[in-house]
Amino acid sequence: MGDMMAGLQFENNCEVGVFSKLTNAYCLVAIGGSENFYSAFESELADVIPIVKTSLGGTRIIGRLCAGNKNGLLVPHTTTDQELQHLRNSLPDQVVVQRIEERLSALGNCIACNDHVALAHTDLDKETEEIIADVLGVEVFRQTIAGNILVGSYCALSNRGGIVHPHTSVEDLDELSTLLQVPLVAGTVNRGSEVIGAGMTVNDWTAFCGSDTTATELSVIDSIFKLREAQPSSIVDEMRKSLIDTYV
Amino acid sequence: MFKVQQTIGSVLCCKCGVPMPPNAANMCVNCLRSEVDITEGLQKSIQIFYCPECGCYLQPPKTWIKAQWESRDLLSFCIKRLKNLNKVRLKNAEFVWTEPHSKRIKVKLTVQAEVLNGAVLEQSYPVEYTVRDNLCESCSRFQANPDQWVASVQLRQHVSHRRSFFYLEQLILRHDAASRAVRIKQVHQGIDFFFGNKRHADSFVDFLSKVVPIEYRQDKQLVSHDVKSSLYNYKYTYSVKICPICREDLIFLPSKVAIGLGNLGPLVVCTKVSDNITLLDPRTLRCAFLDASQYWRSGFRSALTSRQLVKYSVFYVEPPVGETTVGGQKYALSYVQIARESDTGNLFCVQTHLGHILKTGDQALGYDIYGANVNDDEMEKYRLHGRLPEAILIKKCYDKERERKKGKPRAFTTKKLPMEMDESRGGRGVDPGKMENEYEEFLRDLEENPELRFNISLYKNKDYQESDETASMTDGEGAPTVPIEELLAELELSEEGEGDGEDDMDE
Repeated sequence: MGDMMAGLQFENNCEVGVFSKLTNAYCLVAIGGSENFYSAFESELADVIPIVKTSLGGTRIIGRLCAGNKNGLLVPHTTTDQELQHLRNSLPDQVVVQRIEERLSALGNCIACNDHVALAHTDLDKETEEIIADVLGVEVFRQTIAGNILVGSYCALSNRGGIVHPHTSVEDLDELSTLLQVPLVAGTVNRGSEVIGAGMTVNDWTAFCGSDTTATELSVIDSIFKLREAQPSSIVDEMRKSLIDTYV
Repeated sequence: MFKVQQTIGSVLCCKCGVPMPPNAANMCVNCLRSEVDITEGLQKSIQIFYCPECGCYLQPPKTWIKAQWESRDLLSFCIKRLKNLNKVRLKNAEFVWTEPHSKRIKVKLTVQAEVLNGAVLEQSYPVEYTVRDNLCESCSRFQANPDQWVASVQLRQHVSHRRSFFYLEQLILRHDAASRAVRIKQVHQGIDFFFGNKRHADSFVDFLSKVVPIEYRQDKQLVSHDVKSSLYNYKYTYSVKICPICREDLIFLPSKVAIGLGNLGPLVVCTKVSDNITLLDPRTLRCAFLDASQYWRSGFRSALTSRQLVKYSVFYVEPPVGETTVGGQKYALSYVQIARESDTGNLFCVQTHLGHILKTGDQALGYDIYGANVNDDEMEKYRLHGRLPEAILIKKCYDKERERKKGKPRAFTTKKLPMEMDESRGGRGVDPGKMENEYEEFLRDLEENPELRFNISLYKNKDYQESDETASMTDGEGAPTVPIEELLAELELSEEGEGDGEDDMDE
């Protein structure tokens, strides 16, 4: 059953996308903070995908430091060996965890990806781009969103749709939509915040938003990510979804 | 460079869901307004004090600012009184109409401030001012004792006529020197001016010293004394004496003064009094100037004044032997044969400095030294030695020409200072009939002497018609009048707008 959790706070902060990373195959959550945050994720995802508590480079802002999808996870060079090992142990085997040497180490801000296509920061290294294409199995496009180069911060992407920075012009929206092959909408999260990537985290059937998100924003998120009809499934298979009955 | 057309898309307002173009807060204006009130913390009502007597508003602690109802001055004053207004940016301010008797002033202010993530919000809100009546200090002092003055200037001239005061009055009006006087009172041989402030009196005395030769002393009188703060409240009095030498006076100079002026003939005529006294020797056509301090050192008085002028008929004028121009005035020395009107049998042959304007058959006014009884030893000695002339002519007489114009109004009028008459001194007060005559003579003086008119404002007489004058001008020379170009039109503020402004063409 597709759902959306709103009203999350990590230590009184509504920026859910900073402290967590959600993909179709796993979920990463920051350590520290109250158990409420963790249990919110647990209640939604416990049986379906593993939820891993971790830190990256000793920090809690894991959502902004790493980028990943069901195929792999890229972590910055600041990640310690223990953390890397912990991740490799906790995540399913088909997920490749790769540490990359990149000057721009906040990979979550620089890369926005779903399972098929990724948007990258324009100044990313050529090698990094190749690694992304390799590890995540995606097609990489260097793009800006509403003139901002931090594509990872200003958009939230899933396989069914995406939200971008509210100041994106209509032409840009069309162009991005064509590149990504998903419907896009310009919107906000957390009561008018433009930093959508940091304000929420999403996969194909669930989304988690901060407590400040208004009802209007929730309805926009609902409609663009098609969460009402989505279901949790260990196999993300577009064709099979259409054959399965939905039940409340 | 080819630029792609950028169309701004629309997002939904995060609160109410209405589509709107994106802005910094991503909320529609109404939601933003309901969310944030930029006028929070700003003063919305305040009390101001107003003095109903003089129409001033109080700016604490002590300044009173004059402003009209709903004027720009009042608006800026009201805005200045508001605290905290520097936190927001003021875009616009205007008055909202309130009934004047309601004692409320309403001002609508439009302010701009930055909210949330840099969105600039504009909001307008009304501020209400409650006006409370409170007499300002000067008005309350005036109310308590209307005769209150702090400084007074007692102007005196010890002569028997008031001509200098008429002239001075016109000068004061022209230069607005007595505009701050609280009261002006006319007394015997002088005028008293009362001021509310010592500085005003000071500046008035300064003005006087520039236009007439004066000597003054200043005294003060203690009114009250605050022991604790050592504040002394005084009343200041300036005793100002104008020098008693007037125009057209005949003066017999004391020997010291005559020698000091380069042996100027002891008998001189005073031709002009401004801040200097101009003395003309009618025999040598030499002029000398005395300023106030020089005069008061010797303090001589005139031998004969204009009261004692006598009419002479001129029988014969010889061509002038010498001419000179002093201070813009032309003089020509010549011999004339004259006789007094009252005693035409007795012919005198005298020198005069009026050779350029006198002609046979004219009438002239002059001093009859032959028949005068002057109280001066030195002068008597001169007379014994036969060195005094029999008569000295001062000016031409236009009485015959004036007969024609008798009863007709003049082309000009003058304004007057608001003076109180001194009734109280029983008998020693001024006689109104005498005043009229003297004023008439003063006006004649103005007509005859263009240089006197220089510093005075004369106004067009509304009752005067020019046609009368020109009709009677056909026969011979008319009496001198003020040319119409010199007259100022009075400023008439009427319903139709302002009357003709000043067409002042001073020389």
